[in-house]
Amino acid sequence: MTASILTVDDSPSIRMALKIALTGAGYSVAEAGDGAEGIAKAKASAFDLIITDLNMPVMDGLTMIEEMRRMPEQMGVPIVFLTTESDEGMKARAKAAGATGWLTKPFDPDQLVRIAKKVLGR
Amino acid sequence: MNEAIAIFQVEARENLELIEQGLLDLLDRPEDRDLVDAVFRGLHTLKGSGAMFGFDALAGFTHHCETAFDRVRKGEVAATTDLVSAVLAARDHMRQLLEDPSGDHGAAGDALLADLERAVREADGAAAPETPKAGATTWRVKFELPADAFRNGANPLALLNELRDLGEACVVVDTSRVPPLSRMEPTDLHLGWTVTLTTEHGRSAIEDVFIFVMDEMTLSIEAVDAEAAAPQEALQAAPQDAPVQAAAEPAQAPVSAAKPAAVAPAAPAAEPAEAGGAKAAKAAESVRVPADRLDELMDRVGELVIAQSRLSQIAAGGTDVALRAVSEEIERLSGELRDTMMVLRMVPVSTLFGRFRRLVHDLARETGKAIELSTDGESTEIDKTVIERLADPLVHLIRNAADHGLETAEDRAAAGKPATGRIRLSAHQSGGEVVITIRDDGRGIDRDRVRAKAESQGLIEPGAAISDHDLLQMIFHPGFSTAAAVTNLSGRGVGMDVVKRTIEGLRGSIDIASRPGEGSEVSLRIPLTLAIIDGLLVRVGHGRYVIPLDAVEECLELSLDEDLRSRGRSFISLRNSLVPFLRLREMFDTGTPPELHQKVVVVSTGAERIGLVVDQIIGDHQTVIKSMSKLHSGLPTFSGATILGDGGVALILDVGHLVAKGQQQEAQMREAV
Amino acid sequence: MSETAEATGWTGAEQMEVLTFELNGELFALEAVAVQEIMDLAPETVVPGAGAFAGAVINFRGKVIPLSDLRVAFAMERGEPTIDSRIVVIEIDLDGEPTLVGLRTDKVHEVTTLARADAEAPPSVGMRWRPEFIQCLVKRDGEFIVVPALQTLFNQQHDARQSTASATRH
Repeated sequence: MTASILTVDDSPSIRMALKIALTGAGYSVAEAGDGAEGIAKAKASAFDLIITDLNMPVMDGLTMIEEMRRMPEQMGVPIVFLTTESDEGMKARAKAAGATGWLTKPFDPDQLVRIAKKVLGR
Repeated sequence: MNEAIAIFQVEARENLELIEQGLLDLLDRPEDRDLVDAVFRGLHTLKGSGAMFGFDALAGFTHHCETAFDRVRKGEVAATTDLVSAVLAARDHMRQLLEDPSGDHGAAGDALLADLERAVREADGAAAPETPKAGATTWRVKFELPADAFRNGANPLALLNELRDLGEACVVVDTSRVPPLSRMEPTDLHLGWTVTLTTEHGRSAIEDVFIFVMDEMTLSIEAVDAEAAAPQEALQAAPQDAPVQAAAEPAQAPVSAAKPAAVAPAAPAAEPAEAGGAKAAKAAESVRVPADRLDELMDRVGELVIAQSRLSQIAAGGTDVALRAVSEEIERLSGELRDTMMVLRMVPVSTLFGRFRRLVHDLARETGKAIELSTDGESTEIDKTVIERLADPLVHLIRNAADHGLETAEDRAAAGKPATGRIRLSAHQSGGEVVITIRDDGRGIDRDRVRAKAESQGLIEPGAAISDHDLLQMIFHPGFSTAAAVTNLSGRGVGMDVVKRTIEGLRGSIDIASRPGEGSEVSLRIPLTLAIIDGLLVRVGHGRYVIPLDAVEECLELSLDEDLRSRGRSFISLRNSLVPFLRLREMFDTGTPPELHQKVVVVSTGAERIGLVVDQIIGDHQTVIKSMSKLHSGLPTFSGATILGDGGVALILDVGHLVAKGQQQEAQMREAV
Repeated sequence: MSETAEATGWTGAEQMEVLTFELNGELFALEAVAVQEIMDLAPETVVPGAGAFAGAVINFRGKVIPLSDLRVAFAMERGEPTIDSRIVVIEIDLDGEPTLVGLRTDKVHEVTTLARADAEAPPSVGMRWRPEFIQCLVKRDGEFIVVPALQTLFNQQHDARQSTASATRH
């Protein structure tokens, strides 16, 4: 069964970049433009992995992660956030909010797919 | 997305720098596998992110280089000098593709790839690399995740799968911590694992598996003897519902506490090359600030200094004690702020010296000479605006040393010198200056040729006596090049005179010393910072001028007597010696009548002195130097301008030029006699 | 079409937005986009040895910029400043670097639009000013507005400076 991934980012070009790399690796990809939309989509259908930016309008990434971890169906879903290289503080906060792992920007398709494989186990 | 592209370019440039340094290091240590891995990793990242951001030409070209270099990484081919040089040339091309992605560089790229292929083929026939191929090691990996690990979406099965991808793995689960069913939270994790893994990958690959959970887990990774990894204790009953299977090999027992379980060091990405590691660590400690933001900050601080000095004047002139106290406090604070700004702008010269390694490498190839560059005092710091302007002069001086200074291998052998020519770059701080020297152990400067050239250019009278020091100074005259043929390297229209002018434009000085047959040494002295000047404010006619305080020796009154006596002459008698002087009022053509009590400010540049006659000495003045536009920057008399407390502008006198003018006058006087 | 453009000296679009000003009774115009500020007369500091064209500097927002007098380039008489005199600060390209320069004016008129159709090339003879310093002449309301070739003007003065500077250096 193909793994399904939800990408949450307010930048259409980043979502596009993520989608191209992930579908190329055989995953099915859905998109959301902010944290609130992300939660709505996650409630509507179960995803195997959520990849999210942190800096978004309406509802930011950290809040979304915290919300999601309060939803019983989202327990155990790996959530990977996008971050810049040296932001150690943000990594700690995101982990505390419930994130599983991170992907540093800018990233190349290989790295992205590797991280997806790592947290998904497939 | 444009911002992302800009970030990509900045990081790609840094990556290219690291790749270059790695390749240069590889020339010295071709068998260092960590270096090879680091360079390969750099190429791989560049290829991937290049593709991601639409830099197709760069990604494509880098891909080919990566493939070729992969053979080195796999140990199939040695990192010969030719190969590394070919990759260095390819790296330069990558830089071009990064900066000019839409340009047509296809042909150049193909040629470089052909060179690279050839170098790889030749290296294939060369001796096999000295290190034995990294063999497989067996590790015992023991780990436990915290009970709430699932809440963060952690997946232990995925971790185990990743370990299995690294090599042959035998997994044993530890269920000792699982509580009885009645007390068990189904969403908690109570399991631990011990994996015996035999892999060719290094320890860092194993640590990489745990990168996301490193902070919360306990992990121990120990290399073990494959045969000794026999069961030490009776196996704990492996429950049927254990999610992992034992391999065909005898199951391993969890290691007892005999060996202390060390928590593996958190090392997110493998950083084999120390240089790379140190640099990454350093990057985490610092903040990137665009250079022009620093300049703006500098301007604000400068204006603060100006306003503060006005405040001090007003406070000192008044009777308000409280105001004076506050004004002193502000003076102290703004002084400290200014000092901090100075430090912010200082960068170590290593950033400059680093570039020269590549230069010397290329020079060695071009000249066919063996050249070794050594550096000293790389951590010496200098203002960042100065650093950039020093690059070109230093390049020229190093080229000079390589091209003209160092002899060919045969000549060196004949002279009993070691075959490798040495160029030594050193820097150190001395007082308010940084001293940079370029030394070579070559043939030294040929005095006779310099003399002949100087005479042919009319700079010296044939047969005239001249000190050795002055003779060497002739080299700094424009158009002076004793090289019989202007070679491609040094004769690019950048002569020693331009070098001298550039250094003097930095308010510095240049000197040269040389011993025939032994070598030459060029020394540059540059003030620590360009930005703020301590000056003496003077008035000449209606204009105000600043004389750099560190050049001022003393100030005297020019008595009416002395003034009359020295009319028509250009010397002033100063404590039994004659000092040439310049009447600035005349020189600047102020059109104003002479003051009753003029002053003479005696300034010097170390060896020579001159007296400057001014109408009034206003006082000490400390302020930010403002550069003048190109319309005025060519005027030799002024080295810049500064803004005074009342908003007016004062021009800063170029002491070096004025002293030289005084010398000229003196020489003319002597001739006239 | 481009031939006409070159012939008249007018480059660019059909219309050009300019700032017009007066110097010695003559009307000049320069591209509005190059204008940074119009300021009142400020304390000037004479730069000895700089020549008459850019003989002084002023403090403009914390920068020391040259103050230049177009009348020198056009060999016009230099009158005294009046109550209407202003300094127009513009940004021009000097040796590839954007440089701020202040221009003396007797009076600043207005920002207005000039049309290419009204432009004429400066006559190569018979004019008392050097034609290479003039980009074009634009006819308006019966008079001619001079659009100076600022780039050429400043580069030429700059080059002249360079050669004298290096000559006096040694």
